[in-house]
Amino acid sequence: MRGVIRRLRGSGAILVLSTLLLAACGREPASTDTAKPPLRWGGDAEGGAPFVEADPANPSAVRGFDVEIEGMIARGLGREPRFVQVAWASIEQSVERGDFDVGMSGLEDRPELRARHAVSIPYFEFHEVLAVRPEDRGRFRRLDDLAGRRVATLGATMAYSMLLDAQRRVGVVPVSYDDDVHPYTDLVAGRVDAVLLDNVIADRSLKRTGGGFVIQPEPAATGHYVAVFAKSNAALRDSANEVLRARMRDGSLEQTFRRWGVWSDQQARYFQRVLAAEPEGETAATSGAERATLATYLPALLRAAAITLVLSCLAMALAVAVGIAVAAGRVYGHPALRALLTVYVEVMRGTPVLLQLFVIYYGLSGVVRLPAFAAAVIGLGLNYAAYESEIYRAALLAIPRSQLEAGRTLGLSEGQILRLVRGPQALRLALAPMTNDFVALLKDSSLVSVITVVELTKQTAIYATNVGSWVVPGILCSLLYLAFSLPLSRFARRLERRWSTA
Amino acid sequence: MSGALTVTGLRVVRGEREILRGVDLRVEPGELCALMGGSGAGKSTVLRSVAALQPFESGTIDAGGFVLQPGPVPRESRLKELRSRVGMVFQAHSLFEHLCALDNVTLAPVHALGWTRAKAKEVALGLLEALGVAHRAAAFPRELSGGEAQRVAIARALAPNPMLLLMDEPTSALDPARRGALGDTLCELAREGGRGLLISTHDVEFARGFCDRVVILSDGVLVEEGPAADVLERPTHPATRDLLQHRDASP
Repeated sequence: MRGVIRRLRGSGAILVLSTLLLAACGREPASTDTAKPPLRWGGDAEGGAPFVEADPANPSAVRGFDVEIEGMIARGLGREPRFVQVAWASIEQSVERGDFDVGMSGLEDRPELRARHAVSIPYFEFHEVLAVRPEDRGRFRRLDDLAGRRVATLGATMAYSMLLDAQRRVGVVPVSYDDDVHPYTDLVAGRVDAVLLDNVIADRSLKRTGGGFVIQPEPAATGHYVAVFAKSNAALRDSANEVLRARMRDGSLEQTFRRWGVWSDQQARYFQRVLAAEPEGETAATSGAERATLATYLPALLRAAAITLVLSCLAMALAVAVGIAVAAGRVYGHPALRALLTVYVEVMRGTPVLLQLFVIYYGLSGVVRLPAFAAAVIGLGLNYAAYESEIYRAALLAIPRSQLEAGRTLGLSEGQILRLVRGPQALRLALAPMTNDFVALLKDSSLVSVITVVELTKQTAIYATNVGSWVVPGILCSLLYLAFSLPLSRFARRLERRWSTA
Repeated sequence: MSGALTVTGLRVVRGEREILRGVDLRVEPGELCALMGGSGAGKSTVLRSVAALQPFESGTIDAGGFVLQPGPVPRESRLKELRSRVGMVFQAHSLFEHLCALDNVTLAPVHALGWTRAKAKEVALGLLEALGVAHRAAAFPRELSGGEAQRVAIARALAPNPMLLLMDEPTSALDPARRGALGDTLCELAREGGRGLLISTHDVEFARGFCDRVVILSDGVLVEEGPAADVLERPTHPATRDLLQHRDASP
């Protein structure tokens, strides 16, 4: 064996041949090469068509133009694409963590994105467009016509930044959603006055809702979709750019976009520009990347903290009131009422509060159209009422019978005994578990961001997305939560001490 | 003339057990009557039946003119009359833990009888004063000694000025000196107010020292009754002798 190698080395021609062979192997498609790992790519199938959606024929697979383009990139690199499901808002953070090699799901090209990650050349050009109800077609033509109006969009997007800017300039009220479906249903339902999102999403929603709103013809801005890589992975990005340019040139991208119904003359002109400007590189990278600083975000965080506090206090007040009524009903009520209240308690405790919030805000919108904040207070309040009622019920049952009998022999009515004797004593027993619940409620209030209330955690997430790190926002957010919960626990301990010595 | 309390043929059954098997009992106005008997003889059941805290199977109870019939306990709204005529002091005083001594006393007059706060307070302070605990008016039940708590409980029961006062084992938590003081107080309450007092106790010394009359209850029936001196000095029924012997053996 050694002899063979020595002989091979000796022959220059064979050396060249073997080098070529090796190189050729490297360029062969991955299907024949087991050495190359699959190209893991992250996207959000919840984002839906035409970007990424679960394939109706095979729900464990995904389809969409992003899926196809990702396939082109992977095959161009001689690798197999492998899809990783990730929440859309987390794609950038996840790619930097190394959860996958590339993120793609209708990601917008933004200066902050380029400042923090390696970003591909834009592969699609879109317009931000304004959607309004048909009757408002004439008066809400542009963003600036919407002073004092609620305008919805997807959080942490270019459109959201535009709304924040419009808020400062003309007093538009931005409403941030976690998905791109409900902004349009809420527009039709009258909860918001306009939606600012890209034309792909807007067209899709128009098809889905079958009318109910119109899209203003004048684009509010132009943007691009890009693929995102970890900052340290610029080499992979460069290879991917080569593949993208090649597919623009050979028409494969055009075919894909046509298949998904998003091709236009605008797109053709854009491709020409990209190919002519080759190598375009990172020209967009330095277009005024404004770094979000602590000073710019602190007021928003404090405002969100106030919302968290007010929301929690109102929800707790509701929970206490309803909880007392439910507990009293379960202790004193007719057996039928007791059974009914038991069902209420078990249903509220046995199902996720997230689901309850969805049902109250979206599910009931056909019957009663609650504002988001009211829905949040009611949802959290009714959920916590179930827990409170159990605390009060246990506390009521813990009051000795002789206390109640003493009340009766003095001529107090059952209602007076509950109000003057049993209730006040039970309240003292319930205080410690109630405090625990209130602290838990403070934290659970972060769930209401799913129905567009921007509270402390949501605002922190927005902040973190913008600065590209969770460290400072995370610490600040934690401190604010602790600033609420610690004094509360102390207050409860003091009250308990006072009552126990009394 | 009707007494402060007239009980006729009182029968109470709980499950399989017949706790009271036809008890006849009378307490006159101004009289201190001791209801005696061993544990489980049915003393507390008599008091609880009279106070309409539990139902009875047959017999009648006439408490100062308010007649209770056999069957389930009537609704509180039908018992207003009884509540103003019959007061009760529980064994473990059962003061309302979240209220100070004064508020314990004024609670019922204000909320059940509709007195003004000022009037209730005046009456309550008078009662606390008479019972020697006016200086503890602002104290909470936890801060009171056993004797003080009991006096506050008596003041609370007396505030509506009942004609009949029921007391369940009032001396069980008291030392001998306080027992004597309590006896004097109860005598005064009976004599001056013209009230009937029915006191369940197994404290022979207390009954002999302060009560006018003694009734002995054994196994759900009344076995002996008469002036305290007679019954306790010359017991005729084995149960009474048992009770006395037992007492003397364990001071």
